Amino acid sequence: MKLTVWTYEGPPHVGAMRVATGMTGLHYVLHAPQGDTYADLLFTMIERRDHRPPVTYTTFQARDLSRDTGGLFKQACQEAYDRFKPEAMIVGASCTAELIQDDPAGLAETMGLPVPIIPLELPSYQRKENFGADETFLQIVRHLAKPMEKTARISCNILGPTALGFRHRDDVQEITNLLYEMGIEVNVTGPMGSSPSDIAKMGQAHFNVLLYPETGESAARYCEKTFGQPYTKVVPIGVGATNDFIAEIRALTGSTSTIDMQNSRQSWWSRSVDSTYLTGKRVFIFGDGTHVAAAARFARDEMGFEVAGMGCYNREFARPIRALAKDYGLEALITDDYLEVEEAIEALQPEMILGTQMERHIGKRLGIPCAVISAPVHVQDFPARYSPQMGFEGANVLFDTWVHPLVMGLEEHLLHMFREDFEFNDAAGPSHHGGHAPASKSSQTEAPAQPQLTPEVQPSGEIIWLPLAEKELKKIPFFVRGKARRNTEAYAVEKGLAEISVDTLYDAKAHYAR
Amino acid sequence: MNDLTPPPPALGCRTSPVLKQRGQREVFCGLTGIIWLHRKIQDAFFLVVGSRTCAHLLQSAAGVMIFAEPRFGTAILEESDLAGLNDAHKELDREVARLLSRRPDIRQLFLVGSCPSEVIKLDLSRAAERLTQEFAPKVRVLEYSGSGIETTFTQGEDACLASMVPVLPQSDARELLVVGALPDVVEDQMLGLLEAMGIGPVRVLPARNIDDEMGIGENTIYALTQPFLSETHAALERRGAKHIQAPFPLGEEGTTAWLSAVAEEFGVDRDLFDKVTEAPRRRARQAVAAAAETLTGKTVFFFPDSQLEIPLARFLARECGMTPLEVGSPYIHDALHGPDLDLLPEGPQISEGQDVDLQLDRCREARPDLTVCGLGLANPLEAEGLSTKWAIELVFTPVHFYEQAGDLAALFARPLRRKGILKHGESTSDPMFAEARA
Repeated sequence: MKLTVWTYEGPPHVGAMRVATGMTGLHYVLHAPQGDTYADLLFTMIERRDHRPPVTYTTFQARDLSRDTGGLFKQACQEAYDRFKPEAMIVGASCTAELIQDDPAGLAETMGLPVPIIPLELPSYQRKENFGADETFLQIVRHLAKPMEKTARISCNILGPTALGFRHRDDVQEITNLLYEMGIEVNVTGPMGSSPSDIAKMGQAHFNVLLYPETGESAARYCEKTFGQPYTKVVPIGVGATNDFIAEIRALTGSTSTIDMQNSRQSWWSRSVDSTYLTGKRVFIFGDGTHVAAAARFARDEMGFEVAGMGCYNREFARPIRALAKDYGLEALITDDYLEVEEAIEALQPEMILGTQMERHIGKRLGIPCAVISAPVHVQDFPARYSPQMGFEGANVLFDTWVHPLVMGLEEHLLHMFREDFEFNDAAGPSHHGGHAPASKSSQTEAPAQPQLTPEVQPSGEIIWLPLAEKELKKIPFFVRGKARRNTEAYAVEKGLAEISVDTLYDAKAHYAR
Repeated sequence: MNDLTPPPPALGCRTSPVLKQRGQREVFCGLTGIIWLHRKIQDAFFLVVGSRTCAHLLQSAAGVMIFAEPRFGTAILEESDLAGLNDAHKELDREVARLLSRRPDIRQLFLVGSCPSEVIKLDLSRAAERLTQEFAPKVRVLEYSGSGIETTFTQGEDACLASMVPVLPQSDARELLVVGALPDVVEDQMLGLLEAMGIGPVRVLPARNIDDEMGIGENTIYALTQPFLSETHAALERRGAKHIQAPFPLGEEGTTAWLSAVAEEFGVDRDLFDKVTEAPRRRARQAVAAAAETLTGKTVFFFPDSQLEIPLARFLARECGMTPLEVGSPYIHDALHGPDLDLLPEGPQISEGQDVDLQLDRCREARPDLTVCGLGLANPLEAEGLSTKWAIELVFTPVHFYEQAGDLAALFARPLRRKGILKHGESTSDPMFAEARA
């Protein structure tokens, strides 16, 4: 038993719903009690889908348990088939139905429905949402895809996108266009965007592009083994990774087409002078393994940030993320407990967080800016405009999105210059964001709603901040204050000092100067 | 009531035939009530003993996360807990001990049963007894079920309040007990009105803190402010308390009728009653009239959600000029819903329970001007050109009593006004999904 308040991933049947909802012509009959239908709103509200997920819930109640829940399941299956006439059906159980052991797979098989019935075994008490999506897609491919002659022109399948995926809609479009530029046709994109009859044709493709290992890797491995389709290993997030991805495709296909780089602006934006203030910004990165790995590379190599910490919530990716963190001189945080993540962030005092909607909340609490890079996300992370994460346009989007929470370069410069100015001070926050109290209205010295002030009142350990030093510390802009405090205390410990004076503060500054 | 109130309809809906169907129910389970109960009872923690699905439901239903360490959480059952129930009890004790040591502000703990905990027959009442003994007198531990196999949405609050009734101390005082969780601002308005009529002291269940709790007994007179409290109603009757039957205090008419029933029971002078209620009644009528301009002459269709449907349909029909076509409720109890059914003019199909696909067929056939439904159905129906009101907002928003009557009407008017404002016709849904629709 583990006490949980917020979860990064839902149960595995929600993963199966993400697959089914992204597809057409497929219907999911889920043996589940009433109440589990809440999952519909993830798709209709958060993603703003304009149709109900293709899911029929048996919604059994307590009084059904003593009767025939198996019969209820069969009836729901028959009615779902009669009403929706799907090309194929997936059947399975949610956590409660798993306990009553009705065997939906066996029941559905005996019904003689005239379409393929694909049973799902998703262990609710061991696994989570990403596993559910990955496993469901694998089963659909195993049951429906047949060996076929390859297409005359070179083609690939795009694997991994699902309903409720973070920017999957736009990533698929961006990568489809990139492949088209390289002279490669997309045979099937799935699960999102495909029907069971499309899946049946997957064997025609020459290779597979795996965009989201979390939800598509098992199917990619199966296709490699069964249809001799190699699959791509590079996830094209960032300019560097996109170039590697192009090289990987060229090696697979022999394509020599040149790529139009005219709209790739990120590299110049990053080299332009306003961006110098991004140098060495300490970022903490947390999310799903794939997005974290890509974000770490982009942060360090293409934004010039310092990666201060990283980790992922999906244990399936613990090994690669641990290895990657080592390359960055860090120890990875592998956990699905947001309180642990919050603790790590609080201790590290990064200048920015790259995370999920959970880290957005953590950032709000700690007063640290945050940009969202990974699922789980909320309604505002499904924008109306085109905003991929992948490909060259994706890199443009990343630059804009990551810089937005921060103070602009010139502005940061001015804040340093004016430090104690009673009107132009950092408590007002970045000038392009609304919602900050006007600095001149609130007291200039003690901003009451600044949570990061608390540690200054109660310094960690035995070290005492002398009043003048503490006053000096408050003159340092808020976005580096936490780091200055931490560095100074670390310096004092190292030097065996019991008190921190103004001199100690500046000695430490010189010591850590970069 | 004075002459401003229209007479009851010649024929209400109390004896109308009720359509009962059994199929997929598109409703929340009772765990959802924790979202508002934990804000209302300020020294309580709600510990769901359940699965990852339960935790996921709570954060999804809340819509946004209340991140300031909410006073609820889910003890997620793992494979090892399913193997042996003794171990599960030990695990639960350990989690509770850890929780209470970390949160010394907690005075009452609710262990909330879920579908999985009920199917494996994890006896939470035994756990609650054991833990009460361990943590008394500082913390009281109660249990109730919020499971989907036992409860529908608002029945979670009912189960929670019902679990408190047996442990309230005995009292012989003739006192009014008002039952149902209302936002503090609304509760204070209500108490103000009752006080002005000279009724008091008034007790409220749930109390904001354990120290504010009341005694009850055979002289307790109680009135319900929420139509979904049938178990609590039964528990209070078992303790000998007396129920005041009345329409629910939604809208000007409902509020007046509710207050009037209470006033009559406590012998409040008619003139005093009129004097106290006159100004707020006028304000309520005025505020409702503004929104009713948009609503009058329009049709409305209710999917079952919170059991508020019947009193809301009564309000929309009698105060806003709307015509209900179907009024669906998860459950209908004559003792609770009868007075509102009496006032609801005959005509609409009354339905109890749900087969959501069949009900959607009826809704599409009826083409109502406004459909009141859950979040899972709202956008899909909007995409089909129907205007919708999310039912959950009616539960999460202060809507009871006079000063909120206008807000309540406005909640229904907003989708219709919006539809009138936007210039780009019917096909406004995301073109990306067009293929999926085809």
